[in-house]
Amino acid sequence: MSTNDDYNPRDWAIHPPYLDPSYKSTVLRSPRQKLIPLAQTVTETTGPQYDARHIGSLGPDLTKSARKNGEPLGERIVVEGRVLDENGRPVPNTLIEIWQANASGRYVHEVDQHDAPIDPNFLGSGRCVTDAEGRYSYITIKPGAYPWQNHHNAWRPAHIHYSLFGPSFATRLVTQMYFPGDPLLAYDPIYNTIPDPEARKRLICDFSMELTKPEWALGYTFDVVLRGRGATPMEN
Amino acid sequence: MTLKQTPSQTIGPYFRYALTPESYGHLGIVNGNLLVPGIKGEKIRIAGRVFDGASKPMSDALVEIWQADAEGAYPPSAEPGKFSGFGRVETDKQGEFRFETVKPGAVPGRGNAWQAPHIAIILSARGMLGHVFTRLYFADETDANTQDPVLNTVPAERRKTLVATRGADGIYRFDIHVQGDEETVFFEV
Repeated sequence: MSTNDDYNPRDWAIHPPYLDPSYKSTVLRSPRQKLIPLAQTVTETTGPQYDARHIGSLGPDLTKSARKNGEPLGERIVVEGRVLDENGRPVPNTLIEIWQANASGRYVHEVDQHDAPIDPNFLGSGRCVTDAEGRYSYITIKPGAYPWQNHHNAWRPAHIHYSLFGPSFATRLVTQMYFPGDPLLAYDPIYNTIPDPEARKRLICDFSMELTKPEWALGYTFDVVLRGRGATPMEN
Repeated sequence: MTLKQTPSQTIGPYFRYALTPESYGHLGIVNGNLLVPGIKGEKIRIAGRVFDGASKPMSDALVEIWQADAEGAYPPSAEPGKFSGFGRVETDKQGEFRFETVKPGAVPGRGNAWQAPHIAIILSARGMLGHVFTRLYFADETDANTQDPVLNTVPAERRKTLVATRGADGIYRFDIHVQGDEETVFFEV
C-alpha cells in the first residue's frame, strides 16, 4: 500500500488534549500513556459508509420528528454547510448525526436533571447526508444554554453536537457547533480546551442573512473539515 | 493542504437519543448485532467493560467497532440487510458493552504483510475531548498475533491489553481501561 493512501494525522495543535483539568471529567478519563503510532492499513483507510437510506425516523427536520400536538417551542433555524477534507475537496454522501438541547436548555436524555421544561414536541436528534458537493442542511430550534456541574455557576454555551464518519475509520469526528456572539464561550472549559484560539473560532457557525427565510427561520452556515490525504498520487 | 481540521469536542453524556436511540423509540443506524441472515463465518460474542482511572465503570461511553468479514473483506458500503462491518453500543450501568458478530478473517497489512484477525474500536465518552482508537485481537490466534505488524509495535508487556480472551461461556472478554495500571493501548492512527 502506498503512503499516498494514508490520511494526515490528527493535528494536535487543533484538537484538544485528552487531559485538561479545567474540564474535570478528563482527569480520570484521559489516557496517560503515549499513543502508539499505527501505520494506517486497510482497517483504518476504509470505514462505515452510511447514506440517505439510513436516515430512518430521525431526519433532517428536527422540528418535525417528535411533534405531538404542535410546533416545538423556540427560535427556528436552518443550518447549512459543507463537509470538506483538508485539501478542500468535498466529502460527498456522508452521514451526519446531530443532537442538542431544546430551546430551554434541556436534553431529553434521562440523565439530564436540569430544572427546565422538556418540550413534548421536540426530541433534539436528527440525521442528514451530504450531497455530491459535500453540502448538508437541517432545520431545528436554536438550543438553549444549560448548567452543568463542572465548577460553580458553570453553563455550557448553546451548541449542537455533530457526529461524522467521512470516508474512513480514521476520519471519524465528533464535535460541537457553537453560535456567534455567545457570551458563555469565554467561560466554557470544553470550548477552551482547543489549544489554538483560531481553531476554536472555527466551531462557531456564521449567521447568514442569505440563508435566513423571510417570516420563517434564521439561517446559519457551518463547514466541517475532516482529515484529508497528504500527497496527491501521481496520475498514470 | 488548504484547510485546517475541525477540532474535536467531547461526545458528552447525552448522545443516546441520537446515536443509540432505541430506548427513545427510534432505530439507530446500527446496534451491537452485526449478524445478518446467511452470514458466513464463526459467530462470536464479545463483551467487555469500560473503566476510568479510578477503576470505576464508565456507564456513559459509546463503543464503536469496525471489522472485516470472515473472509477478511471490509464492506465498501452499508447495504441494508447485509453485513456492514460496523457496530455501535452504549455501555450500561456496569460499564458493559456487548457485540454479536462473526470472527473477522486476516486482512492485508502494509506492503506484503498480513494482519492477524482484529477489530478496530473507537471509544468516546463524556470527559474525553476526543475519541481514542484501539484494536481487539483474539487470544486463540497465537501464531497470527505473533506476526502481526501492529501488535509488534506495541511494547510486549502492554500487548495483553489488546487481546480478547475466550471464557468458559464462549464469550470473548475485552475490557477497556482508559487510564491506570492496566491502561489499554491506544493508537495514534
